[in-house]
Amino acid sequence: MARIGVFVCHCGTNISATVDVKKVAEIAKGFPGVKFTTDYRYMCSEPGQDLIQKMVKEHNLTRIVVAACSPSLHEKTFRTCTQNAGLNPYFFEMANIREQCSWVHDDREEATLKAIDIVKLAAAKVGKNNPLQTTFIPVEKRVLIIGGGISGIQAAIDVAFNGFETVIVEREPSIGGRMAMFDKTFPTLDCAACILTPKMVEVNQSDLIKLYTYSEVEEVSGYVGNFKVKIRRKARLVDENKCNGCGTCWQRCPVRLPSEFDMNLGKRKAIYVPFPQAVPNVPVIDQEHCLYINKKKCGICKKVCPFEAIDYEQKDEVIEEKFGAIIVATGFTMFDHSIYGEYGYGKYKNVTTGLHFERMLNSSGPTGGKIVRPSDGKEAKKVVFIQCVGSRDEARGMPYCSRLCCMYTAKQALLLKEHNPEAEAYVFYIDIRAAGKNYEEFVERVQDEYGATYLRGRVSKIFQRNGRLMVRGCDTLSGTQIEIDADLVVLATALIARPDAIKLAQMLHIPYDQNRLFTEAHPKLAPVETVTTGVFLTGACQSPKDIPDTVATASAASVKACGLLSHEKLPIDPQIARVDVEICSGCLACQEVCPFGAIEKEEIVDRVTQQKRWVAKIAPSLCNGCGACNTACRPGAIDLDGFTEEQIFGQIESLTADKGDER
Amino acid sequence: MKCSIASDKFRRKFAEQIEEICGERISLCYQCGKCSAGCPVTYAMDYLPSQITRFAQLGLTDKAMKSSTIWICASCQTCSVRCPRGIDLAKIMDALRILAKRKGIVPKEQIAPLFDGIFLGSIEKYGRLNELSLITKLNMASGRPFKDVSLLPIMLKKGKIKLKPQKSNPGKEVRYLMRKVEKLESK
Ligand SMILES: Cc1cc2nc3c(=O)[nH]c(=O)nc-3n(C[C@H](O)[C@H](O)[C@H](O)COP(=O)(O)OP(=O)(O)OC[C@H]3O[C@@H](n4cnc5c(N)ncnc54)[C@H](O)[C@@H]3O)c2cc1C
Ligand code: SF4
Ligand code: SF4
Ligand code: SF4
Ligand code: SF4
Repeated sequence: MARIGVFVCHCGTNISATVDVKKVAEIAKGFPGVKFTTDYRYMCSEPGQDLIQKMVKEHNLTRIVVAACSPSLHEKTFRTCTQNAGLNPYFFEMANIREQCSWVHDDREEATLKAIDIVKLAAAKVGKNNPLQTTFIPVEKRVLIIGGGISGIQAAIDVAFNGFETVIVEREPSIGGRMAMFDKTFPTLDCAACILTPKMVEVNQSDLIKLYTYSEVEEVSGYVGNFKVKIRRKARLVDENKCNGCGTCWQRCPVRLPSEFDMNLGKRKAIYVPFPQAVPNVPVIDQEHCLYINKKKCGICKKVCPFEAIDYEQKDEVIEEKFGAIIVATGFTMFDHSIYGEYGYGKYKNVTTGLHFERMLNSSGPTGGKIVRPSDGKEAKKVVFIQCVGSRDEARGMPYCSRLCCMYTAKQALLLKEHNPEAEAYVFYIDIRAAGKNYEEFVERVQDEYGATYLRGRVSKIFQRNGRLMVRGCDTLSGTQIEIDADLVVLATALIARPDAIKLAQMLHIPYDQNRLFTEAHPKLAPVETVTTGVFLTGACQSPKDIPDTVATASAASVKACGLLSHEKLPIDPQIARVDVEICSGCLACQEVCPFGAIEKEEIVDRVTQQKRWVAKIAPSLCNGCGACNTACRPGAIDLDGFTEEQIFGQIESLTADKGDER
Repeated sequence: MKCSIASDKFRRKFAEQIEEICGERISLCYQCGKCSAGCPVTYAMDYLPSQITRFAQLGLTDKAMKSSTIWICASCQTCSVRCPRGIDLAKIMDALRILAKRKGIVPKEQIAPLFDGIFLGSIEKYGRLNELSLITKLNMASGRPFKDVSLLPIMLKKGKIKLKPQKSNPGKEVRYLMRKVEKLESK
């Protein structure tokens, strides 16, 4: 028979102000199996824990109940304390009489009665607790990084610095992400390429970093420490090992197409590298437009390549690799402003976005650093910037603030003035959100020193008059409606999740929010973790982030990943589902309801019939102990350790058996 | 009211003019409104002091210079000492008054500029203020000749007003100063 000790915490006055803790301790003395009860100011304090250990010895206690706060705060504390007292750590139960009682009630008498019931439930359960043992799984010491933007690049460098192998899987032909498109970066205005390309080169040269560009993750199975990942390496039609990036092929290719990297403002060939500093500096053949692939004509690139690197027969390849941890760094895309009729449904050529403007600013970009009107290529002198397009718009866009467009707009207005001091920059804004180191100062400089005109109000309409773009807005500060005839309009469109975000989230079993942004495990205390152990987030795939924040989260995620990999084995919570194969009928109803994919089928030999049959099998490292299978199992073959049916029914009985005695 | 915003060039020139007159940069103002919050005479103004800066920033010069605000401003400098951007708004008000006068803009607010003119006329003539002539002239000019008549006996009795204008001796220096200021302002 278990000998139970009940320890009731005052939590300062958090509990004791509303619950009569002495009465709770007094009445708990009468519960079945309870041999000792007491109350104490702070159970979680060192003296509080010492008290538990002392009483275990003095009264030969074998089970512990602490009536205090939420298990999510101190369960771990008291499990360890129980273990230190020489008991199995699972011979402990927490009765939450704070969050579930004192904090939500004000009637002292009623609250005390409820606290008594809560303690009674815990005592009834703890008496039936089984000893559980933590188990361990081995760890594959490699990290997979999905996405090779600045966040993926930084994470790879950091993981490699810690001595672990990493693989970057990047969908595009080159790593670099959005940052590779920029000219200069706020708030210091350092040239984007100057600070990015050294990192790209470092990734390329590191022995510990493997690059799979033009590749995509197709399937993820397994669990923390042991992820199995299928990666599709799309056919480049160019042999990476032979090509040395001389460029002969793309100089000679006759097919000219709009360049995606240049936001369609420039051209590329059918065989191309997206930009000159691409890593790897190996072209890909655009199979949709290549003359040889489609019509068996041309074939020039193959003829001119001095290294015989062109291989029209190359096929996609799917490889499978194992990883201990995964870092998701897939970044963002831009809100499509063509839904706004009032801004021209995306039809006006001279209404562009911030990314277009970045390409125009870039001296190695499609316009050679000149700011022009896309309609006629003439220099744009009067430029109107509109902030918050698709952001802070619950009606038709995203409800959130994209956080960095205020800053990049200010940067772009400044660079416009630097490129052409005669140009005029108008910025329509709702608020200016410049909360970062040296950000406010930057925005003020743009207005004061560079003379950008900031107008407070959303633009209501962009239309054409006499062949000119007219922007109608308002300046609420002076109370004037304003019309500006513009050469060029630049929309600071919202940063949003990529279109395939949900697919990736499902593949990785990580949650996403109503805006399809991946969700962190805790917004404050676990900002780069996800609820799926071993999968981490960095950069703009989680929420709009500028480069400083992106790099910071990349380093944070790598520390977390390396922390995992530094263990030889990882402990797993033993409070998980268990299948009784004698009872299991093999219907696998459980498999369908398990949200973590933790249930597989297993062939066994029936003990009675000696025939082979299928039963359900739980993967301990995947099971989160949610109990969904437990309720789905018709024959009742599944039980949840730590929450067994015996324990739960014991609790219910304890409440129903003698109801009325104390009331 | 719809308006096409003044060109960069125009606005820059206007800002430079103001800076030349009073040394203050209107582009520094970020429209926090602290000046307007503290100004003791906004109740009599048509626009808030911060709005005047805004008009000036956007080159809405007419609005700024025709406003009553710049004339109602008592130059108490509450705004100037509290502005987080260190702008001396009282000086900007002054500059706008100067510009308005130069351009011959007829202000909406009549009394204040009238008062200023008569006040300075008296100083010029007598070297100091003659209250009686100020009151009479102002009331006549503003079409309210009997406005303060009932106060006359008591003010005379208490010696607050003298019938005969008092002259101060260094009248010449005062006149010299006036010429100099006039010259500066009309530049
Ligand atoms: C117009 C504009 C100007 C900006 N200017 C500045 C600035 O001056 N200073 C500043 O600090 N910040 C600036 N930013 C913000 C900056 O772009 C981001 O902080 C940064 O790009 C985020 O990096 P990332 O790696 O998270 O995402 P990304 O740059 O988007 O990189 C993600 C990478 O992942 C790849 N990928 C996506 N999905 C998959 C998949 N399923 N499989 C494999 N690969 C995938 C993508 O191809 C891409 O290469 C600007 C943003 C914009 C829009
Ligand atoms: S074969 Fe295709 S990629 Fe090669 S040069 Fe011809 S069109 Fe271009
Ligand atoms: S960062 Fe600025 S421009 Fe972007 S959504 Fe937020 S407030 Fe609007
Ligand atoms: S207090 Fe200064 S910064 Fe603020 S609105 Fe007035 S003048 Fe502008
Ligand atoms: S100086 Fe003029 S604007 Fe400034 S607080 Fe005084 S009265 Fe108001």
